[in-house]
Amino acid sequence: MENVGILGVGQTKFVTRRTDVSYPELVREAVELALDDAGLEMADVDAITIPLAPDALIGVANGERWCVEAIGATGKPFMRINNGGASGLAAVAAGWTHAASGLFDVVLVAGADKVSESDSAQSVLNKMWDVGYERPYPLNTINMLALSAQRYMHLYGADERDMARVTVKNRRHAALNPHAHLRTPLTEEDVLSSRVLSWPIKLGDACPSSSGAAAMVLVSERFAKRHGRPVAWLRGIAQNTETFWMGDRVGPASISDHADADALGVAFERAYAQAGITDPVSQVDVAELYAPFSSVEFHVIEAAGLCRKGESPTRLAGGDFALGGDGPVVNPSGGVLCSNPIAVTGTVRAIEAALQVLGRAGERQVDGANVGIASAIGGDHQFYTTAVLANHLERITA
Amino acid sequence: MTGNAPTQAPAFYEQTWDLSYRHALGETSARFLAALQEQKVLGRRCPKCERILVPARSFCDRCMTSTDDWVQVGPAGTIEMFTIVYEAFKGCPEPPYALAYVTLEGASTALVGYVKGLDLDDTATAVERLGIGQRVVTQFAEEPTGSVLDYWFELDEDSD
Repeated sequence: MENVGILGVGQTKFVTRRTDVSYPELVREAVELALDDAGLEMADVDAITIPLAPDALIGVANGERWCVEAIGATGKPFMRINNGGASGLAAVAAGWTHAASGLFDVVLVAGADKVSESDSAQSVLNKMWDVGYERPYPLNTINMLALSAQRYMHLYGADERDMARVTVKNRRHAALNPHAHLRTPLTEEDVLSSRVLSWPIKLGDACPSSSGAAAMVLVSERFAKRHGRPVAWLRGIAQNTETFWMGDRVGPASISDHADADALGVAFERAYAQAGITDPVSQVDVAELYAPFSSVEFHVIEAAGLCRKGESPTRLAGGDFALGGDGPVVNPSGGVLCSNPIAVTGTVRAIEAALQVLGRAGERQVDGANVGIASAIGGDHQFYTTAVLANHLERITA
Repeated sequence: MTGNAPTQAPAFYEQTWDLSYRHALGETSARFLAALQEQKVLGRRCPKCERILVPARSFCDRCMTSTDDWVQVGPAGTIEMFTIVYEAFKGCPEPPYALAYVTLEGASTALVGYVKGLDLDDTATAVERLGIGQRVVTQFAEEPTGSVLDYWFELDEDSD
């Protein structure tokens, strides 16, 4: 298998609305940014993957077809990846497979979202549940994760103030990230006094609906060596899948718990095994972990092996996982909590991790970051993609 | 366009997707729904791992084997997780409402449902009364509609 690295990245600023461009024009912005960053032209691209979540979110049936020209796909292999919220990183995984196979030297991953063009997002997301048994109930991604948050609080003794601390940390980080959507710092009291959406999740615990685009150029090692610019190497990339039925993740026969993200933990173990990571706490410098609600950050930090189960709220309260703290920094970009352009949210995780290990993350840079991890989650907390990035191909040490 | 051109006012195209479907639910779901009209909640037993899958499913995803027996579960059960929704979402009921996953007596997995019959206006009080491990009883609609909304849960006050 060929080693594969990220040669160029591009992301727009994430905002509520982009009325100045159509959807394909928005995709094109990130394509141009990523190609410029890589020092390549469209003619250099061998194949393309595009992440795109449910059609109804952008209101276009198979919207990837609309983007064929904008993404330069005519005359080239082109593949849409839909893993729900994990699509953005799953498309990177698919692009990695293309290049790692040795069949393609340059693979473009590009996409966009315009979540706020519909006021029906949660109604669309309700359609993912079992038609007869669960869809008649008003399940959506907010109450799905409120159920998880409530169970986490019960199992590990966390509370709403612990959740608020996650938002406070990530907003502080987002203020340093010119691409982030929500950049206004908040206090714990701001979060705690915000209106309740689905208890225990309040508005201050929730991600925004973002519009924007992201793209990256993946290259084979042989191409990277010829090209000469530094790349962020994809040292590990893995996926895993959890049962569809949330009710099977609790009760007497459950083998995972909806409070946790055990299937994500397995996806991390797989990526760590590829990368040679045996002790993530000492070997990982920076983590961009998909957590669209404050409470989700608890169990994704734990699934990534950055602390033990139930320990993250206390560690966060002590200042860990924040810029300036000791040990791995989690979501220095502000994370999904501050920008959620659904289709490309996972792509942005890998972009941010790449910028970190290349020392190009500006004010949000984690000092001396050599190894980064990224993750994304889709479906009803069901599809998991993980990645390990490093600025070298040597053995990863503490 | 030159750099001095005035900013173009945005243009929009508004559309509503009006899509209709009539989903066949399959025989297993159909029997589960029919049983609700007789005020029964049914599960299906996996012959290998012995799990009683509720809601009833025709195969066990762990053993990758077809389930065989129908098993009646409940009506009493235990809350595994819950939330109280206070935000209005398009196409969803008027808030507030409480949703819970409940493991009914005899079941191996939890069933989603509304928890009705408690005041949700004061969040702290409602949260206190719900709680993981709280006992509930399944209630059934007097005039069933043939959907899963024909059952719901109420707190089992006797168990407090």
